[in-house]
Amino acid sequence: MLWVTSIFTIVCVLIAVAFYTLYERKILGYIQIRKGPKSVGFWGILQPFADAVKLFLNELILPMKSNKVLFMMAPILGFSLALFLWVIYPSVYCIKFISFSLLIFLCISAINVYCILLAGWTSNSKYAFLGALRASAQTISYEVSMLFILIVPVLLIFETNMEMALKGYSVMFLMFPLLLVWFTTTLAETNRAPFDFAEGESELVSGFNVEYGGGLFALLFLAEYANIIFMSTMSMIWFFYNNNSFLFVLGIVFFSTFYLFARGAYPRHRYDLLMMLCWKSFLPFGICMLFLCLLCWLIMMYFNYIF
Amino acid sequence: MVNLFTIMLFISMIMFFMYLMLFYKNYSLEKQSAFECGFEPLSEMRTPFSLRFFILVILFLIFDIEISLLFPIISISTLMLSLFMKTSLLIFLIILLIGLFHEWNEGAIDWMSMF
Repeated sequence: MLWVTSIFTIVCVLIAVAFYTLYERKILGYIQIRKGPKSVGFWGILQPFADAVKLFLNELILPMKSNKVLFMMAPILGFSLALFLWVIYPSVYCIKFISFSLLIFLCISAINVYCILLAGWTSNSKYAFLGALRASAQTISYEVSMLFILIVPVLLIFETNMEMALKGYSVMFLMFPLLLVWFTTTLAETNRAPFDFAEGESELVSGFNVEYGGGLFALLFLAEYANIIFMSTMSMIWFFYNNNSFLFVLGIVFFSTFYLFARGAYPRHRYDLLMMLCWKSFLPFGICMLFLCLLCWLIMMYFNYIF
Repeated sequence: MVNLFTIMLFISMIMFFMYLMLFYKNYSLEKQSAFECGFEPLSEMRTPFSLRFFILVILFLIFDIEISLLFPIISISTLMLSLFMKTSLLIFLIILLIGLFHEWNEGAIDWMSMF
């Protein structure tokens, strides 16, 4: 039973990621006033599958002085972590009940840093090394502010389980600025444009995955996009009231569309400004939001005591 | 959880071995050299890096530990939350915020030091 459900989850995730890449190329195309992929299949529907076949037929190249086993381990680790993240996807029809799914989410998103660092360090190239350093520093510092922001809706809904959090209430209407900060944090956490310093094309050629090609690159790529879709799922779970599973999925598509709009609209940020944005603006904001919640509780308790 | 992770690892291993069996081999020495703008890689690869990153990781460690201390409070808060718990959480957050401002004042989180 476990095998069947997990394989079903994996197939769904892979198909979602495949069509998400097509969606990205279409949207970026229309932002730049051109059509995206349109020849393969009908309206370019089969383009992601053609890309996958092409990538998996490419040659495996191991760089000369790299640590070969670790070099091949990094994409496998990243891909399996990204798939494992989707196990805690909340559904009405679930067979499992994980009461601390938020904690599992935090653990896995912390381990993701190792995958990036491993991929960059083992490939023994300067570009990859610098890209991995930047990416890991960025992911680490945004993780802290992400956790503090995420704890606020958890304290408001009183749940750490995602299936129960679906039946909470809309934190978005209570604290709209928190949603904006959360969205920016997820952009930086998944190394997306305008914060894509892990693969800054202008200075580092492709960042931590320069040396990767073919199937190993495909695994890294799939992991990154699966993480992006899961991040938009998280924002849907913790910031909205979802009683309808169709509207829930539609909301995920809505959030992942905003990732693409941000990529199409904004130029790349500056690295030191990005770090300062995290440590000097988002982290104090998150802590103060938590503070505000607790203060409101205390005041409410006080009035309950009086009346 | 562990067996679920094993399944996921197994499936990604299967994808990797499928790829190992599929691809077309055409080895040459030039392909295996590290990427460096068309030149031969001359200099040392794993060079020392800026100390900023290291300081940042230490700061991250502190805040991550604080978050792991916050988590039991949240898990208890789903059951009950007394006045004592709330005030202690408030004091904890105040200490955290003051610590952050102290680091800010010392210049540990500035990317480029002014002096």
